Amino acid sequence: MTPTPLRPPQTADYLDLLESHAIFILREVAAECERPVLLFSGGKDSAVLLNLAMKAFTPQQLPFPVLHIDTGQNFPEVLEYRDALTTKLGVKLLVAKVQDTIDQGKVVDPGPMGSRNRLQTVTLLNAINENGFDAAFGGARRDEDKARAKERILSFRDGFGQWDPRQQRPELWQLYQGKVNPGEHLRAFPLSDWTELDIWQYIERERMELPSIYFAHERDVVLRDSMWLAVGPFVQPREGETVERRVVRFRTVGDANCTGAVDSPASTLAQIVAEVATANVSERGATRADDRFSETAMEDRKREGYF
Amino acid sequence: MPTTTKDLLRLATIGSVDDGKSTLIGRLLVDTRQLFDDQLDAVVAASEKRGVGDLDLSFVTDGLRAEREQGITIDVAYRYASTPKRKFIIADCPGHVQYTRNMATGASTADLALVVLDVKHGLKEQTRRHLCIAALLGVHSVIVCVNKMDGVNWSQSAFQSVVDEIETLSRELNFEEVKIIPVSALYGDNVVDASTNSPWYVGPTVLAALETSNAGTWTKTRHGARLPIQWVLRQEGGGRTYAGMVNGDSFFVGDTVTLLPANVETTIKAISFGGVGRIEANVGLSIDLDLADETDAGRGDLLAATPLPAVTKDIIATICWFGEKPLEIGQRLRLKHTTKVTPVRVTDVTGVVDIETLRIDESSSLATNEIGLANLQTADWLVVDDYRVNRVTGSFVLIDEVTNATVAAGMVGRASFF
Repeated sequence: MTPTPLRPPQTADYLDLLESHAIFILREVAAECERPVLLFSGGKDSAVLLNLAMKAFTPQQLPFPVLHIDTGQNFPEVLEYRDALTTKLGVKLLVAKVQDTIDQGKVVDPGPMGSRNRLQTVTLLNAINENGFDAAFGGARRDEDKARAKERILSFRDGFGQWDPRQQRPELWQLYQGKVNPGEHLRAFPLSDWTELDIWQYIERERMELPSIYFAHERDVVLRDSMWLAVGPFVQPREGETVERRVVRFRTVGDANCTGAVDSPASTLAQIVAEVATANVSERGATRADDRFSETAMEDRKREGYF
Repeated sequence: MPTTTKDLLRLATIGSVDDGKSTLIGRLLVDTRQLFDDQLDAVVAASEKRGVGDLDLSFVTDGLRAEREQGITIDVAYRYASTPKRKFIIADCPGHVQYTRNMATGASTADLALVVLDVKHGLKEQTRRHLCIAALLGVHSVIVCVNKMDGVNWSQSAFQSVVDEIETLSRELNFEEVKIIPVSALYGDNVVDASTNSPWYVGPTVLAALETSNAGTWTKTRHGARLPIQWVLRQEGGGRTYAGMVNGDSFFVGDTVTLLPANVETTIKAISFGGVGRIEANVGLSIDLDLADETDAGRGDLLAATPLPAVTKDIIATICWFGEKPLEIGQRLRLKHTTKVTPVRVTDVTGVVDIETLRIDESSSLATNEIGLANLQTADWLVVDDYRVNRVTGSFVLIDEVTNATVAAGMVGRASFF
């Protein structure tokens, strides 16, 4: 007689389901596309994305390289983190530099204090073209911005890298179809359904390492456009601005001259989760000058081929 | 500390243009305090700039420039909300008939449909079409918001006549759970807070109905566990495990499973999730399975527990056609079903659905946004369930071979209400 197998039910919480959905997307794109690449900025979302990619293919090697678009205006802590993490994981890191795009005369140098935010679209599209990538994974989330809230998980880009929000492919069920013609490519967003809080709870659960600037630390800052900008090589106090030393942390990581710090004593992941759960201001609203140009700043940049 | 164990409900808003879907979602998000201060400020500023009053709630989800200029929803906006009882993924879908493909995108993964209609207009053709598509897509729970009640002085008889219309259609479409609520999305009556304008209404608010709905997860059917194989992982030491996302029902270690289409029986030796062993592979988890016997399983194959799905190259299907040119007999396309892509030919088109009567009229082609029945022949074997018992193994998309555009949503079998 065969014994009845013991079946103690196990449960799956919604972080398990979000994780599983993201892994499913990573595998579908890796299986259907010829040359995918994972865009990695060193920020928390791309760190989660890379963590999920490692899980999706372990114990095999990652079946695609990792690409950093280097604006040359990074926080040094983030570059250290990028190099340490990719070395530890043994993944292939490609770096495309906005400085090279400037040196080639393809875009105009905005000067050491000027923003290179918009220029990196050109560097990104060049890198995609030169390497023949047909899919680029990004860590963008739909809760970040109203234009991103409209975008498909697999988002088609034409031969010019453009997104056309009026002509998106229907994306039914979980039938992600990644076929494109030569010259066209896809952006794939496995974290589409994650919120900022989900990201932090996942980082806490997985005990992931992050760049130190996400945690509370003392720093010299100036108040500009009602944001605390870190004083350093890319931000110098202008006339009328006073440098203050404050306990701050960063909620997002972008270029040093357009990413603001927030006043925060949160120095552990548990404290950050608690802080994010009760925040009154969105992460991009609190910290990103690049979204403040106009009502549709993100949509306009995305149409050009931005992340 | 916020918990991660709340259950997750996916809902899609459906209904005709201008009946107030986006306004209702805006109201729901604002009144449950899901919006950050800066996001709300931005909506106020955009409303003032476009001269549409102090606060146009539809701007919460209508985020594209063209949408705000035209005052319509073009594509699905996804929003996320969390209350102490549940976590919600909300797909705010467009109402225009030319954006039906986007509405179907939003509704295909919905557990529940939140229907919004204008009490003065009742069930418009477009609302009927959306309800019909939602029913076809396997959405069994609907919450109907009879909106703009402030425009009819909260007349109970106006509400009741719409209720009668909805109940008749709901019976035809076999919805399992139907709640009908009189609301004013603009002023917030019965959305999050119960209204004093409708003392004759004793049912739940929209939020309470969402929090207590019995709608099940769309990928869960209890009609046999299924694992479409996505990726074969080569383990250290030479073994292979099979990775994919579980649907239908759970697998357990020790279960007998059949590899299809090869039709080889084996046993689950181990289940791993994120590198950690477990006993149960739940629906919705991306796990990998270690099997007791050697197989040559690969991407596109399917592991199934009983009752087993069908293995076939001939499908009778219900088709929502989105292509610009009509679907014709003899046409060649690509078909994606679970993790498999195969060439396909349309061997017959047998009818088109009349949205008014829900009957099938004779037709040998389908025009843009029409729903009909077709017979398809695939080049490779497919492993399918009827869509009514499994929304994952019963669904497919058709792809244009030249442009790679997705031109149709397909469901194996035909709906019971035709």
